[in-house]
Amino acid sequence: MIADKVLSLEGLSKRFGSVVANDNVSLELYRGEILALLGENGAGKTTLMNMLFGHYLPDSGSVHVAGEKGALRPLALGHPQAALEAGIGMVHQHFTLAENLSAFDNILLGSEPLSRLRRDRSTGRAKIDQIMSDSGLRADLDIPVGRMSVGERQRVEILKALYRDVSILVLDEPTAVLTPQEADTLFENIGAMAKDGLSVIFISHKLREVLAFSHRIAVLRHGTKVGEIASADATERTIARMMVGAETPETKRESHEPGAPVLRLENVSVAGRSRRDSLSDADLTVRRHEILGVAGVSGNGQSALAGIISGLMPLSKGAMVIDNATINGHDPLTMIRAGVGRIPEDRHHDGIVGSMSVAENMVIERLDDPEIQTRGLLKRDAIQAHAEKLARDYDVRGPGVEANARLLSGGNIQKMILARVFERSPKLILANQPTRGLDMGAAAEVARRLLEARSRGAAIILISEDLDEILSLSDRIMVIHDGELVEADTRDRETLGLMMAGEAA
Amino acid sequence: MMDILQIVLSESFWAASLRIATPLIFGVLGALLCERAGVLNLGIEGIFVVGAMSGWMAVWLGAGLWGGVLVAAFAGALFGLIHAILTVPLGLSQHVSGLGVTLFATSASYFAYRTALPNVTSPPRIEPFGALDIPILSDLPFLGPVLFQQTALTWLAILMVAIVWYVLNRTALGVAIKAVGDNPASIDAQGLSVYGLRIGAVVAGSALMALGGAFLTMSAFDAFFFGMVNGRGWICIALVIFASWRPGKALLGALLFGAFDALQVRLQTEVGAFLPSQVFLAAPFVLSIIALVIAARSADYPRALLTPWFKGQR
Amino acid sequence: MIRIEPRDAPSRYWSIGLPILSGVIALALAGIPLAFAGADITIAFGEMFKGVFGSVFAFTEMLTRATPLIFTGLAAALAFRARLWNIGAEGQLYLGAMAAVAIGSGAIDAPALVLVPLIIAFGCAAGAAGMAVPAALKTRFGADEVVTTLLLNFVILIFLQYMLEGPLKDPMGLGWPQSPPILDQGMLPPLIERMRVHSGLVIALICAVAAHFVLARTVWGFRLRAVGENAAAARHAGIPVNRTVMSVAIVSGALAGMAGVSEVAGLKGYLTADLSPGFGFSGIVVAMLAGLSPLGVVAAALFIASVFVGADSMSRAMGVSSFLADLVVSMSLLCVLIGGFFARFRLTRIQTAGAGT
Repeated sequence: MIADKVLSLEGLSKRFGSVVANDNVSLELYRGEILALLGENGAGKTTLMNMLFGHYLPDSGSVHVAGEKGALRPLALGHPQAALEAGIGMVHQHFTLAENLSAFDNILLGSEPLSRLRRDRSTGRAKIDQIMSDSGLRADLDIPVGRMSVGERQRVEILKALYRDVSILVLDEPTAVLTPQEADTLFENIGAMAKDGLSVIFISHKLREVLAFSHRIAVLRHGTKVGEIASADATERTIARMMVGAETPETKRESHEPGAPVLRLENVSVAGRSRRDSLSDADLTVRRHEILGVAGVSGNGQSALAGIISGLMPLSKGAMVIDNATINGHDPLTMIRAGVGRIPEDRHHDGIVGSMSVAENMVIERLDDPEIQTRGLLKRDAIQAHAEKLARDYDVRGPGVEANARLLSGGNIQKMILARVFERSPKLILANQPTRGLDMGAAAEVARRLLEARSRGAAIILISEDLDEILSLSDRIMVIHDGELVEADTRDRETLGLMMAGEAA
Repeated sequence: MMDILQIVLSESFWAASLRIATPLIFGVLGALLCERAGVLNLGIEGIFVVGAMSGWMAVWLGAGLWGGVLVAAFAGALFGLIHAILTVPLGLSQHVSGLGVTLFATSASYFAYRTALPNVTSPPRIEPFGALDIPILSDLPFLGPVLFQQTALTWLAILMVAIVWYVLNRTALGVAIKAVGDNPASIDAQGLSVYGLRIGAVVAGSALMALGGAFLTMSAFDAFFFGMVNGRGWICIALVIFASWRPGKALLGALLFGAFDALQVRLQTEVGAFLPSQVFLAAPFVLSIIALVIAARSADYPRALLTPWFKGQR
Repeated sequence: MIRIEPRDAPSRYWSIGLPILSGVIALALAGIPLAFAGADITIAFGEMFKGVFGSVFAFTEMLTRATPLIFTGLAAALAFRARLWNIGAEGQLYLGAMAAVAIGSGAIDAPALVLVPLIIAFGCAAGAAGMAVPAALKTRFGADEVVTTLLLNFVILIFLQYMLEGPLKDPMGLGWPQSPPILDQGMLPPLIERMRVHSGLVIALICAVAAHFVLARTVWGFRLRAVGENAAAARHAGIPVNRTVMSVAIVSGALAGMAGVSEVAGLKGYLTADLSPGFGFSGIVVAMLAGLSPLGVVAAALFIASVFVGADSMSRAMGVSSFLADLVVSMSLLCVLIGGFFARFRLTRIQTAGAGT
């Protein structure tokens, strides 16, 4: 089945400032092949593909693509237009859709000459209809993308690429936002298209889907390619070792009897701006020594749940009780004072003030503390000493506590937030996607700290899209779908996946 | 009450409304085009001044009225280009750059005017655009005086509303402009130029703004004065929010504004004895603020407004 | 092809060198309009220099001109640091001036020790109120403060016209729209005999130092910076964002109001509608040149004042329009903006790999 080479990347390198994102990476792709590009976060997978697609200009190296007659020809780098013309399409992890436009307009964008005074809509529509029936991917063409579900948006993204007659399709973490079942359907469609001659590269860090759906696996680590293996010859163990360079540490959990309830949500509803950030009639209890995992595909009400526990959103109905005291009023300060520690989902957006120092970011939640200030005057020495101690205790590495927080790496930013939250020994911890985007080492550290807090007696709500993370850390699991929170009595992946998709458990 | 009714039903009231609205129509359309592409253009006030001064100056130097209009549009485009370069490829603060362009454009216009005409006591006059008398139509009762005795620039403004509407809603270019103001990555991923679209929109929008200024010196008045733009540009920035970035609603907003302004001038003669004249002078500005406050809650800003985009950066 | 790349760490020298360089370039660019006006450029620059440094009087005139610019520059710098776009300092200045003459021109007769602080307090309060309104419209209704402050400038100027023709009109003013003079004991004392430079300058310098200290060392300054740099994170961390914005608005408005007080009670003595030749807007340029640092505001205000005073004197001597000064000021803003870009990024030439363009 595998014969003609359609793509060849030779010696691509790319630096961002002082960070080497890719170092001399070469890769080949054959007609009809599904190649999985595997690696940890920050291994350089997306950078590599962005160079192929012309978003980034490599510092060195070249790319050759098969032309119409099959001969490899050099590709002009740094120009998405050139990549598109050479038949390369890319579906980005962060969708590149204009939300104020319909799916139809998004798909046609860039394929029509901008100088034309009229648009030929019917030809375009006929072609999209053809592609939809060939690929099995369906989407409503006429509603604005902003009103679509994440899965539907992704289908629009893929249709957009297929519309440009691609022969090579790059998918960046295509299943990150899908339920397991949706992911399976997507890969079935991709498999069928590969049989028809489409060559596919997909980026992933999920070992399971890489093994199940690819023909060949290329592994990146720290910006370099560390190996290639035929999927048939690989096991989870072998590729995991290639990915991290060592065996992954197992998270050890002590057994604890859950204690008294810390947080109770009673019949709580939240009216968000859309269904995506709403919650209806939710009941929830977390106890001391307990981690409650909330599983679900993002955009199903997690932000509303996190919003009320962080104090950022008001309840529209029901009651929130912490340690038998009903919480009245909603604002972050109330929650901080009630002993809630919050690890925000988007650490760059909500977690840090990037152009203030690490030391200042470490005290930002306790400006009323007399250790930090007297009568409105900051105690600079105390703040400095406090920061140095926390940086030591929590292993926050970087250019020093006086430096701006934005100079820290993602993992160190998260450790800084953990330090700030855990030093106050909160009785309730909200951890919203705490390991997203972290490499395995930093993720393991986050897991260890959460388990440590659990041993200490904290109650923890862990919101995650990563079912493996939920399964390995949680004492109890709830599933959130379309604003409804349901207790799961099972640890079976299949059943949890169905619940995440909203189908009866 | 009867008096107000009488005013509102008079031909001259509606003719005045349309006249007052004309520079605002140009201005709101220009601001709308920039903002749809994701760029706030606070250079508008200064670009109005540039349009007013350069258009007038060209005619005064003998360029002919339409020559003056072209010169004004070109000068506006040039100052728009400064703002576009500062905010699009260089990605600098759109607020500060816009204010800088306003200060620069205003002082450059004033300086050029003063240097060309050092010692004039009363500003020299030109022969402005006259009413576009259309036989038969101009004689229609009511509609005739209201619609068909406006100057050519008023008609150009209304034509521009239709053109901008058509471009935004019926052409691939319009789709691309709306996309670049919502999510520039969508444009880049499809092989189009984010910079090209944004710079183009700002330049074209600025040319429109300058026409609003040109209307003042070449149609509403026949000379250039310091301070004659008098906040019209800022009012347009408020109106574009009120118009939720749609050309049709922009026209409506400008007309409503013109009608209120025309009404207050007429009311002034009625009730001027009881209220100080400044109440009426301040009314347009207060009105704009109120319109803004009402519109603000539901305002659906272009998502990428104020957000610079850099190619190939993360 | 050319690419934009961020610099690893923006150099420290840039933060001081950049505004100076921008000012120099803007001054050099002034040669173009000067040539356009047919003036001899070297003589013109000589006249400008003489106009500032040619005599003690000239220099004190520059200091006098810098005084309101320090106030409006601080008003803009503090507000901009909190990402609150106060473009209404011009109006707030006049509110401060109106309050000063309303209190100081005879309504209250008290010794200087009472009257001067009273005038300052009322002037600041009026300016603060002028900025509190748009800030409240922003926090309550989400109305963009850029537009509201810009528009309020016009409303306030029209209100000023009304006051000068009505309630605040000087009955002895021969019909001119001007206010009665502030009582002698209500005036800010001059600093040097027979010169116009007055103690408003000292207050301005104290304000700059105080602002610097407050920003760096107090909880309020911490909150201001956090809200300005990342409002979402500040809110998440329990900082009351709206309350902080309101308090910044009040301080910023008060500083702008103080500029009005200082002009009317330090320099002019009475209020007319041309008290400020755009100090509010020049304050924005000052703040940007200063990189929004309160101490930098002082230096930037001295520079901008020199441009104004020097260009005025040059234009009197050579018959070049004094709008030249505004031109140079606006160009230095554009220059410092562009320079700020090169402090953060560099353009690099990159050899394109492979074939193609």
